[in-house]
Amino acid sequence: MPETAPDLSAVRLHVVTGKGGTGKTTVAAALALALTRQGKRVLLAEVEGRQGISQTFDVPPLGHTETRILTDRGGGQLWAISVDAKESLREYLQKFYKVGKAMSVLDRFGAVDFATTIAPGVRDVLLIGKVYEAAGRRTGKGPAAPAYDAVVLDAPPTGRVVRFLNVNAEVADVAKVGPIRSQADSITRMLRSHTTAVHVVTLLEEMPVQETVDALAELRRTDLPLGAIVVNQLRDPLLTDQAFKAVRSRQTTRLTRAVAADLATVGVRVSNGMVAGLLADAGHHADRIALEREQDAILAEQGRLTIRLPLLAEGTEAGGITVLAQALAEQGMV
Amino acid sequence: MPPRTRPASKATLNAGAPTSGASVAPLDLAGLLTDPRTRIVVCCGAGGVGKTTTAAALGLWAAEHGRKAVVLTIDPARRLAQSLGLTELDNTPRPVAGVGTVAGTGAGAADGSGGSLDAMMLDMKRTFDEVVEQHATPDKAAQILANPFYQAVSSSFAGTQEYMAMEKLGQLRTEAGRDGRWDLIIVDTPPSRSALDFLDAPKRLGSFLDGRFIRLLSAPAKAGGRAGFKVFSVGVNVVTNTLSKVLGGQLLQDVQTFVAALDTMFGGFRERADQTYALLKAPETAFVVVAAPERDALREASFFAGRLDEEGMPLAGLVVNRIQRVAAPSLTASRALAAAEQLADADDSSTTAATTEGLLRLHASLAETADRQERLTARFTAGHPGIPVVEVPASAQDIHDLDGLREVAAALTRAG
Repeated sequence: MPETAPDLSAVRLHVVTGKGGTGKTTVAAALALALTRQGKRVLLAEVEGRQGISQTFDVPPLGHTETRILTDRGGGQLWAISVDAKESLREYLQKFYKVGKAMSVLDRFGAVDFATTIAPGVRDVLLIGKVYEAAGRRTGKGPAAPAYDAVVLDAPPTGRVVRFLNVNAEVADVAKVGPIRSQADSITRMLRSHTTAVHVVTLLEEMPVQETVDALAELRRTDLPLGAIVVNQLRDPLLTDQAFKAVRSRQTTRLTRAVAADLATVGVRVSNGMVAGLLADAGHHADRIALEREQDAILAEQGRLTIRLPLLAEGTEAGGITVLAQALAEQGMV
Repeated sequence: MPPRTRPASKATLNAGAPTSGASVAPLDLAGLLTDPRTRIVVCCGAGGVGKTTTAAALGLWAAEHGRKAVVLTIDPARRLAQSLGLTELDNTPRPVAGVGTVAGTGAGAADGSGGSLDAMMLDMKRTFDEVVEQHATPDKAAQILANPFYQAVSSSFAGTQEYMAMEKLGQLRTEAGRDGRWDLIIVDTPPSRSALDFLDAPKRLGSFLDGRFIRLLSAPAKAGGRAGFKVFSVGVNVVTNTLSKVLGGQLLQDVQTFVAALDTMFGGFRERADQTYALLKAPETAFVVVAAPERDALREASFFAGRLDEEGMPLAGLVVNRIQRVAAPSLTASRALAAAEQLADADDSSTTAATTEGLLRLHASLAETADRQERLTARFTAGHPGIPVVEVPASAQDIHDLDGLREVAAALTRAG
């Protein structure tokens, strides 16, 4: 499988997507943290104004200003931003046309709203444009000194991500030439280069896996470089193969008696229906595991680097992000 | 962790009712759906919480209890769509095969006569085209439909889907009122950036369409512009120059042509946006906020509940999907874990000890999940006292047929 191990070490822009509810923000945060732990200077960006980053790291709400949210002992720094389309437009106008001051007039006439919410594609070009700018920014200490070693983008969900990243096609409908178009062209060049990787987060459930497969196909079609598949929220296999088979067989009369006896030896007062309850839950769990295995096989067919993250019993609170960051590092994602 | 004062999940014994706090009323969806005054049910919530499944399940249940229901879905999963007979995205409501009446219960059978279920998938561009065709003269309509800017807006503007979902709702409601084909419309909301988008998008597009910017854009396309703009002439120049620089002259020209062509229908757009907004506030409408028992989804649900209150929109209650249940509730997680440790340490263990240990660890893990979900849901209900809640147990299988939907519906309507 030639695609299995993409060289992620050259990647400077990590785009993290996934179906809603699969935990893509958490994975993006863990990835950024893993990179920071390597001593890198990292920017974690969100573009949908959800404040997912600030909630995950338990820091005050983020704005359009890049803010340092964490410094690692090893010298790594984690910066974060919630990219705002209006502010991006202001910066863009100032940078390329020196007309940042025109913003207030533009705003008064509703032109800013038009550009940032209604004009097709322009909003996305502005948002991704800011990420592009940060990823390519130099410190001024020589050409080899990037402002950030890596940028991690908590991107829109799988259903919208290709449209979001495929800015060229999006503006091509309306702008064949002109400044927006050339901006879109440069962004596309970076996005399609080997310094970008698009990672897809999924759960081992039918719908997210289906969306993952669809998204990978769409990304391939649009020449966007694929990164890893991240399988999130995996449960530990709590049943032995023997137990798995026993509960799946549903012929549990003998097992019920044996389990009741085992429970008695460790002093559990076996109430009416308790063992039946345990076995029923185990049966459902085993069904779920069987379903997960099917979905796992579908993902394996994709032939991508697949990262597996455990389900965090306490959610992302209580150091959960650190656990995930370690898992990402151990499995070769950074 | 605080000591557990009650079994891991007493809710197992009382599925459908909220798990904590005697003050929380159960959400009576059966009552809501069978009440003939309920004409519109809007399902909203964060992405990935099972909104579409909930909408479809409610529609099926209502149909099998005598309502003439139509479900408007936005972006259903493939297999769910297939189960509803939606093999193509053609913007037309079609009857769902296999919808029956409730067998077995006398009342259900009596109620169930005459029910039907139609389903449709929203085609955003087609809906937009229809709006244009309906409100403009044939010449103007053709001109608009051919405009490159229109084509881009109608198929890719992020808010178009929200706007068109509301437009479609308005159309379905008008049709229902006219010929009685449906007496209940169930709407699934778009997988928005934020669940609030679909409330805001119609207003945003509406205010844009009759705002100052549109008039400014349309001014150059008319001979001499408008007298009222003379006072703004400096500002106008700044705006048009900047736009032309940024967007490019061609795009600006397309926009201007589009706007000029649309000019005659501004009133129509605005009026419809207002009507749909009024419809959402009407007593015949009920909002059902859908969430999963997770921090982010519940936070989104919380924002949404607050926003609906602000807007004076009728919130029926909260559906929490995918609730973990445990089938042996008398055994606490900590007791199960301790017992598992003991079994692992025992010298003279039986042949089934490993299996029993696995069962105990699994139980502990499920019970902990159930506990955590209960705490999260309790946090929501504490923040929103008086909002009825119904919980739907997690299913071991994904839902993609009518029987699966019936099971979900049974859990949804149990409280009634």
